[in-house]
Amino acid sequence: MKDYLDQLEAEAIYILREVAGQFDRPALLFSGGKDSICLVHLALKAFRPGKFPFPLVHIDTGHNFQETIDFRDGLVQRIGEKLIVRKVEDTIRTKNLLDPKGKFPSRNPLQTYTLLDVIEEFEFDACIGGARRDEEKARAKERIFSVRDEFGQWNPKKQRPELWNIYNGKIDKGENVRVFPISNWTELDVWNYIKRENIELPSIYFTHERECILTEHGQLMNVNEFVQIDSEDKVVKRNVRYRTVGDMTCTAAVESQAYTIDEIINEIKATKISERGATRMDDRMSEAAMEDRKKGGYF
Amino acid sequence: MELLRFFTAGNVDDGKSTLIGRLLYDSNSISTDIIETLSRQSKTVGVDSEIDLALLTDGLRAEREQGITIDVAYKYFSTDKRKFIIADTPGHAQYTRNMFTGASNADLAIILIDARNGITEQTKRHSIISSILGIPHILICVNKMDLVDYKESDFEDIKSNYLKFSKRLGLKEISFIPVSALTGDNVVKSSDNLSWFKGESLFEFLENVDIQSVNDSQEVRFQVQYVIRPQTEELHDYRGYAGSVLSGTINKGDRVQILPLDVTTNIEKIEKFEQEVQVAEEGDPIVIHLTDDLDVSRGSTIVNLDERPITDNVIEATICWMDNKSYQKGQKLLLQQNSFRSKVSIKEVEAQLDIHTFDHVSCEESMNLNDFYKVILKTAEPISYDPYSKNRNTGSFILINENSNNTVAAGIING
Repeated sequence: MKDYLDQLEAEAIYILREVAGQFDRPALLFSGGKDSICLVHLALKAFRPGKFPFPLVHIDTGHNFQETIDFRDGLVQRIGEKLIVRKVEDTIRTKNLLDPKGKFPSRNPLQTYTLLDVIEEFEFDACIGGARRDEEKARAKERIFSVRDEFGQWNPKKQRPELWNIYNGKIDKGENVRVFPISNWTELDVWNYIKRENIELPSIYFTHERECILTEHGQLMNVNEFVQIDSEDKVVKRNVRYRTVGDMTCTAAVESQAYTIDEIINEIKATKISERGATRMDDRMSEAAMEDRKKGGYF
Repeated sequence: MELLRFFTAGNVDDGKSTLIGRLLYDSNSISTDIIETLSRQSKTVGVDSEIDLALLTDGLRAEREQGITIDVAYKYFSTDKRKFIIADTPGHAQYTRNMFTGASNADLAIILIDARNGITEQTKRHSIISSILGIPHILICVNKMDLVDYKESDFEDIKSNYLKFSKRLGLKEISFIPVSALTGDNVVKSSDNLSWFKGESLFEFLENVDIQSVNDSQEVRFQVQYVIRPQTEELHDYRGYAGSVLSGTINKGDRVQILPLDVTTNIEKIEKFEQEVQVAEEGDPIVIHLTDDLDVSRGSTIVNLDERPITDNVIEATICWMDNKSYQKGQKLLLQQNSFRSKVSIKEVEAQLDIHTFDHVSCEESMNLNDFYKVILKTAEPISYDPYSKNRNTGSFILINENSNNTVAAGIING
């Protein structure tokens, strides 16, 4: 019996190779977070000594941590693959969109516009993403090959049956398929894999001292130029790390003393709060926030 | 650590989602923020109990509104010993295709029976589908034992009825456990209320049940997914066939046959993640190099010489029709088996399989959603296959409608 990590790895590589075999113009959506870094690692295993049959695509909200951007550029240079960056800021300008205001202005919903634009620009027929089914209840329902119509919309009522390890990526022109090779991995699986494979990560995943606003929900939000600080805000200095790496404006840090992967794994095993619950302000909006965003074309 | 994939099936009101909720809840696999959300939601939906555990798996708005499971939900939990992947599948007949989807990869089926109602039409349907899919192990959970005062005789009656009914299905292994998902009796820990039951709790069962390989077959089967050709100066002649070993063990130097080309050659080299290896086993994602320069491409099958698969244009199969639109004669279809694809036509719809009696009945030339049929197919390109009962990886396929691109049927090759 193979170890579970070998099985998950083999499944993901099989899926990546199916993408290469079935599509003309695939892309790998790269956020700079640990899940998409794992995808790159899996793609190296699937396609070396050949080149990736797809570019990496980063939808840059302009609210990224500098550490993430630096890491991204270093990684791309190291592996010698193509990177396409499209900025939400440009979409806001050309499409005359409203840049969100407020205390913690999130450009997260606007990413969908930029994403759909870049898909159209390069005529991508498949977009590989690092979403996992354990993250959120709508994601738990999504297929590994998830067909989106020409508006990028997910229709949960019209999902194709997905049987055995047979993936049907047949689509009409203008449609695309979102592909999630690590659907069956949990947060802990990802960390155990990072440890086993010795995968390098951006420094903000490890503990460091940071100035944060302590919100009324007890979340620690990074102090930066995009966040509005009011006089009644409680600004604190804490030892923190990030459990997920999203925008500076809507991703919370967690208190941590973890300097190593082993220490991170121990903290995750001990925690009683889920990954998105601990860190994402954007999921708090409603019970169906993710389902609705996916129906609108989101990752 | 081992990996166990199982699916759960049952009637709408058998408490299937509650059981999964209970497994996750009692094994400390649910986070506090999710419980908070659940208790908020439970009040919105208006359920009596404080937390409605079923809301954990019914992830779509439509499901929460209707209080039923429509599509498969995947849930995960792990112990020190095993990682579990649960496919929570819908019970309604109208969502049979979604159940089939969730069940296709499973090592174990958990079928729930309401202790008050005993075996129902749904129980039969789920058991027959498990039999068609060749699920290695079936666990019958007799639920709601609290509502029959935990009576041993009720459990024993259901057990003997089920064994009688399932005799002709050819199920490989069957186990029985009495539980109450709502109260938690015998889910994680054995319960005093069920002290007459000497077997394991559900949780213990899941941790200890033998995970059998779904493939008993040892024959070498490999299918090319993608050809790696770097075309750089230093790797000018590099031509590697990427794919996963579908069954058997491949050794460097093996004499093999390429199908449907029908030529023999040798395995020159096997690479795994750019490292040369001597041997590759079932499931390994590898890159193969052959000694001869041949026309090998995506969908080509590599096999050993002793135990060759059947290579033919005509196959006999049992299929489950999965499209909302019925099959009409003359529809253009594609067959996909792993990475092999070919145009295909349905030569004959021989019979319909009665999913409640397991009998074959005669039928028209059309096929309807969620029904099972015995058919004869003719492919444009010859397909290399083994009967599903011998090899799950080379004996299964899907049918795709060329016009709508939808997956319209799942098929199992007979023989």
